[in-house]
Amino acid sequence: MKQQSLIFDIKKYAINDGPGIRLTVFFKGCNLSCEWCHNPESISPKVQKMYTASKCIGAVKCIENCPNDALKMTSEGIVTDYNVCNFCGICAEVCPAKAFEMLGKFMPVEELMKVIDNEAAFFDQSGGGVSFSGGEPLMHADYLLQILKACGKRYYHRVVDTTAFAKTETLLEVAKHTELFLIDLKVMDDKKHKRYTGVSNKKIHKNITELAKTDVEIIFRIPLIKGVNDSNDNIIATAEFMNSLDGSRKVINLLPYHKVAENKHKKLGTPENFILFEAPEENRIEEIIQLFDQYGIKASVGG
Amino acid sequence: METIHKKINFNKPERKPSSEGNFYKPLNNEIGPGMNERIQKLRRQSFEAEPALSIERALIETEFYKKNYGKYSIPVLRSLNFMEICKKKSIYLGDGELIVGERGPKPKAVPTFPELTCHSVEDLHVLNTRNLQRYTISQEDIDTYKKEVIPFWKGKTIRDRIFEHVPETWKRAYEAGIFTEFMEQRAPGHTALDGKIYKKGMLDFKKEIEEHINNLDFLNDPEATDKKEQLSGMAIACDAAILFAERHADEAERQAEKETDPKRKEELKKIAEVCRWVPAHAPRNFWEAIQMYWFVHLGTITELNGWDAMNPGHFDQHLEPFYEKEIAEGTLTREEAKELLSCFWIKVNNHPAPPKVGITAKESGTYNDFTNINIGGVKSDGSDGVSEVSYIMLEIIEELHILQPGNSVHISSRTPDRFLKEACKVIRQGHGYPSVFNPDIYIPEMLRQGKSVEDAREGGCSGCIEVGAFGKEAYILTGYLNVPKILEITLNNGIDPVTGKRAGIESGDPRTFKNFEQLYSAFLKQLNYIIDQKIKVSNYIDRMFAKESPATFLSVVIDDCISKGKDYYNGGPRYNTNYIQCTGLGTVTDSLSVLKKHVFEEMTFRMDDLLHATEKNFKGEEILRQTIINNTPFYGNDDDYADAIALRVYDDLFDAIDGKPNIKGGSYHLNMLSTTCHVYFGKVMGASPNGRFAFKSISDGTSPSHGCDINGPSSVIKSLTKLDQVKSGGTLLNQRFLPSLLKRDEDIMKLGKLIRTYFALGGHHIQFNIVDTATLYAAQENPEEYKDLLVRMAGYSDYFNDMNKDLQQEVIERTENESF
Repeated sequence: MKQQSLIFDIKKYAINDGPGIRLTVFFKGCNLSCEWCHNPESISPKVQKMYTASKCIGAVKCIENCPNDALKMTSEGIVTDYNVCNFCGICAEVCPAKAFEMLGKFMPVEELMKVIDNEAAFFDQSGGGVSFSGGEPLMHADYLLQILKACGKRYYHRVVDTTAFAKTETLLEVAKHTELFLIDLKVMDDKKHKRYTGVSNKKIHKNITELAKTDVEIIFRIPLIKGVNDSNDNIIATAEFMNSLDGSRKVINLLPYHKVAENKHKKLGTPENFILFEAPEENRIEEIIQLFDQYGIKASVGG
Repeated sequence: METIHKKINFNKPERKPSSEGNFYKPLNNEIGPGMNERIQKLRRQSFEAEPALSIERALIETEFYKKNYGKYSIPVLRSLNFMEICKKKSIYLGDGELIVGERGPKPKAVPTFPELTCHSVEDLHVLNTRNLQRYTISQEDIDTYKKEVIPFWKGKTIRDRIFEHVPETWKRAYEAGIFTEFMEQRAPGHTALDGKIYKKGMLDFKKEIEEHINNLDFLNDPEATDKKEQLSGMAIACDAAILFAERHADEAERQAEKETDPKRKEELKKIAEVCRWVPAHAPRNFWEAIQMYWFVHLGTITELNGWDAMNPGHFDQHLEPFYEKEIAEGTLTREEAKELLSCFWIKVNNHPAPPKVGITAKESGTYNDFTNINIGGVKSDGSDGVSEVSYIMLEIIEELHILQPGNSVHISSRTPDRFLKEACKVIRQGHGYPSVFNPDIYIPEMLRQGKSVEDAREGGCSGCIEVGAFGKEAYILTGYLNVPKILEITLNNGIDPVTGKRAGIESGDPRTFKNFEQLYSAFLKQLNYIIDQKIKVSNYIDRMFAKESPATFLSVVIDDCISKGKDYYNGGPRYNTNYIQCTGLGTVTDSLSVLKKHVFEEMTFRMDDLLHATEKNFKGEEILRQTIINNTPFYGNDDDYADAIALRVYDDLFDAIDGKPNIKGGSYHLNMLSTTCHVYFGKVMGASPNGRFAFKSISDGTSPSHGCDINGPSSVIKSLTKLDQVKSGGTLLNQRFLPSLLKRDEDIMKLGKLIRTYFALGGHHIQFNIVDTATLYAAQENPEEYKDLLVRMAGYSDYFNDMNKDLQQEVIERTENESF
């Protein structure tokens, strides 16, 4: 059994990923590739590196030490030739200014639990706990289950933020050790879903339907993007889908698109992958809230 | 290659102030905020009044001293001097006022105290012309001061006498900026009251005093004569306060007679009635209770200019019985109570701090005189102290957002979440108020210092973050200690590298140190030497105030001055504490961490390389500096490597200070406060080993170094709570939050829970600045539009536009907690 996994970030005082004050673990690797993804560094399951030009002081230790001669100084700062770079991480190690940073770290269960336990006082006081996000945490199900079980023993509240694109039994097994799921309903039309995320939503919807039969709590989320999923048709379809589920699944958070990914793509050396979308206007968001309300669904911005 | 990063603008964020959902809105209302027209008008008047110097007090006092010095014992002389001022000073009763009384002849007119420190003509010119913290004064008044006041006091002021006395070793350390001395500028202070003045009037106190005089044992008590003089002085001070109030009653009656508006006429008659009753007698209702406190407040700040003015202590708890009784009887409405309290709030704002003298007149400071209203907390029996009055006070803070009075909420485990949430809502407004304190820690702090449990619970915080037993303690701040500077002189074998002069002792050439322990023990040697220098002089000054400038009026209201027959400055209070405020824990910890890791453990570079780099202010040493910044464990990140160093320094500061006897039967204790002194301390320091550039601010209180806490507020809290804060008399934690972290209603309670966690883990105090960087830059560029933007400094709030560039920069650089 694999004992460790790729984690690209751990955020403390996370207040948007479930109740109370939380610690959020971000897994690396996702089986969807949403065009608007605001965490593009989470998609690849491999170690990546980021270069921040504004931190670079021109020490060129990276160039001097690169075993593959993959780095070059230009007027834009250091440029990596990804045809030869093998992500060995030496550039990040020798950079005094942290202009290069490696993304993705294997953390043994015990090591991650130590980080989580350090924040326990905040969970205790606030009714918070640990959230697992990504990337797709279900891609690391064995590891995730170990962590979830360890958290359960300590009575930490557990949230899994997932696309629900996984084997059904995996999802249901994880659900046994989870208090709350945060699941995106990105776009209801399957063609569009395939176009924008790379996968069909049929499996996702089937999984959600199964998950809803258990007594785990689910909060849905919709990344609101103008022209992609903000039409009345899509909102109504979303609401109807939610109403078709077992249990009372009536809460959805609206997350209006923002373009933080632009800068991240630049740092990853993949600026060409950035596609600019737009968030709906404020009054349109208000209309969407009203529309959900007509279907008995409580929608609010944020979360 | 140098050009790469020059193109990038590091400082200014691209976003506009509004894009962060900032809660701060520039002032755009004609009259300004307030609950009704009266309060709006009074607030505006107070807000717009320009601080001015009044020479009235100095003239009355000089005249009095000329005629009377030598005729009486010092305590009696001081009391008669106070009486003379109460008798002769101009009385101000402004239109629409309900709570009355000003220290000067009009709002924001500040008297001088030449008996302590006499401003020179140059000082007065500087004060009149400087851009920030200006105090206006006319040429005519300067001339009068030059003729009447300055010649008499020259060489006789307490300050002159202190500087005549101090040893050369002290002066060297003082001039290097290793410490400051509070008492060379103002009288010792930090005083807050308990509930006694709501149960007794001045006549009751006088009766007690007279009984104690009658019971003096002139046969056996060698101090009986001194006690009699002291007690006689205190009795005179009671009369002076009554007289001062009577003169306000006279003025109110005079105005009432002429008043044509029947409503105002009634108000003036009521004011007269109130002033005839208090402070002579115990107050009978809400209005009288507030006016009672205000007269006592004015008395203490007229008699002397003690640091941190005067504090009402747990004002909501004191007012609650009056409020509840009158609400039940139907003689007071909630609105009326709020209006009276708003009037009081504005009164405090009318009283800027008295300006300093000497070279420091050029330095900016603050108009804030540090009155701090304690709200919530626990009662002396341990029960929850929150009442309706507490909520009214929160509303006033939110509505008025004026500089003074400072205010704080006290959140014990018994305090309801509702109160915490209301307080967090006010914090969210971004005015820097209220700060948040933890009675569950500061009560044990006081118990450890030897206070009874009831006295400790009746205590709280005054000024910035320092704790004391209200109404029963003299807790004197003696000055700030520049801990990073002590490390700096250690690294230079006792020499101040900025001036090249000797400032400490010889503790060895650091290049010869074999290991970190050698370095650390040299640092400890310097630390202990410096603290002893400081204490010697503080003791001398303490004695000087006890003998030359007793505070006879203040002594009336502080237990047990009457029963001991001793002055507030002379061991009269039940508890007598001297604090030394240690500043820069973050800077010194991070510097030691760099030395430990890079010089001694990993040998990334040699001591010599580091010393050369700091000497050159890291010029041409950016690689070294970046290595330091990015590859060293720093305090504030829940990293045991750095935090263990912080804890060690903290414990050693404690060992060096705590329990050393003062000359009043009490002892010295540790305090971790900085106010704005970390900016001054930074200015006297070269570059430090943690990568801090020369002359830049050091870290404040117990906060991490600016920009070094990169793991968010929960890690900061974890780091700070590794210190056993109960051993201090206060720690200080500044946190900057972006408004985006507090957008939703539920975020407010998450902030509340962050506070609860800090307190459950043993934190003493935390305060927040909720303004984003973009807004601060906008305010720098368009000061006119942001006139009332209050931001939190270390321990108090100040107007952003009243701060000099250094302070502004420091607020901007404080790590903002973004995007969690």
